[in-house]
Amino acid sequence: MDWLYVLMPIAGVKIFWPGLIILGVGVGIIGGFFGMGGAWMVTPGLNILGFPMAFAIGTDIAHMAGKSLISTMRHGKFGNVDYKLGFIMLVGTVVGFEVGAQMVMWLERLGVVDFYVRLLYIVLLAFITWMVFTDVAKRKRKEREAAAAGKEIDKLATGIEWSKTLHKIKIPPMVHFKQAMIYCSAWLPILVSFLTGWLAGILGIGGGLIRMPSLIYFVGCPTHVAVGTDLFEVMISGLYGTATYTYKGRTELMAAMIMLVGAAVGAQIGTVATKYIKGYGIRIAFGLAVLGCMLSIILKLIPRWVPILKDVMDIGATVLILGLVGCMSLYIFVQMIAGARREVAQKKAKAHVAVG
Amino acid sequence: MRKLWARLMGLGVLAFLLLPELAQAAGPKAAPLAIVADTRKFTGWEAWWTNLYNESHFYFTLVTVVTIPIVGLIFGVLADIIMSRIGIDLKSRELAEH
Repeated sequence: MDWLYVLMPIAGVKIFWPGLIILGVGVGIIGGFFGMGGAWMVTPGLNILGFPMAFAIGTDIAHMAGKSLISTMRHGKFGNVDYKLGFIMLVGTVVGFEVGAQMVMWLERLGVVDFYVRLLYIVLLAFITWMVFTDVAKRKRKEREAAAAGKEIDKLATGIEWSKTLHKIKIPPMVHFKQAMIYCSAWLPILVSFLTGWLAGILGIGGGLIRMPSLIYFVGCPTHVAVGTDLFEVMISGLYGTATYTYKGRTELMAAMIMLVGAAVGAQIGTVATKYIKGYGIRIAFGLAVLGCMLSIILKLIPRWVPILKDVMDIGATVLILGLVGCMSLYIFVQMIAGARREVAQKKAKAHVAVG
Repeated sequence: MRKLWARLMGLGVLAFLLLPELAQAAGPKAAPLAIVADTRKFTGWEAWWTNLYNESHFYFTLVTVVTIPIVGLIFGVLADIIMSRIGIDLKSRELAEH
């Protein structure tokens, strides 16, 4: 069974290559569906396959850049990417990231960085989960009220409408984002991206997990456009991250390429699945993914108070994350297949009618 | 207005290029070790690749950064061709929240 292992030229370790492809497919599906890089899922996976931590992060970022490019291409064709909004947000993200990174260095000097960063991460994830499920509950209530009044609510109506309030702040220059169907002050996306970039810099994550819901709830993007535009940002920051990590000698290109084989297929599945799942389906699944991510971090924090449980909690966190990736990917895959079948059947039925 | 946008875009690109520590902030700080690849185990392109890594991280980075999007593009187009054979419409979607 030696052929199932490949020796990595730079890291010098033998890796089970089918594992890399499976991991690529899983995060490709999830990334394309939710619009995020998914470093929080890939890094523990690579670690389990035997990658030294130093190479796991760089390799993850390198594959993420390629995978996001594939997803962005597909989302772009669907009309889900607002490039103008993406470029504007890039400015705020870059500056915010740097400010966040400087704050981490300051906290490092105080020697409290690890604990506070994880605590902040949990608070933030809890907030995102609350926001998503409150939004879902509010939207359902609106739907019930409309049904009681004999009306039907607009198909783009949402539960939480903070973005509508923010759009009323008319500080020039005012900008129209065509794809996102938003007219607002340019300062709104800049401020939102600065804050999300700042948080991502502090937390040491790519930021898709925070940026995607922010695009929905604060900027006011429809869910599909938020997913596509966020992927566009992940693609650019991923390429930049690849450059800096590779320059430090921490990227294993061969592993990234093998993962890309799986991710290319996964990204297409995840992206096409967004065609068959309505915005709120994506939001609910996203809320569940965030919840799983939060639980895994809590598991990693427990050994701080009960050190004897460290091994058990580490394994538990990894199993939870990989289990989550597996279940979510399967759900998205099944939805995509079911949607594609429906569409093909409808096309065939139309063709029959036309012939008849 | 267009000029303003061009300037804003320019500033964005400039900021992006001038902040080399950005991506490193995204992950745990790497230890300042020099990692050397063992070239003796490889032949052909792998030997060339490991040698490139040992000799110049700059050129190694250039090749990596160029390779990733090209391979992504190739795989994306290939996957596109396969997906389009299924017979589904890959160019439009209905924008609906529920």
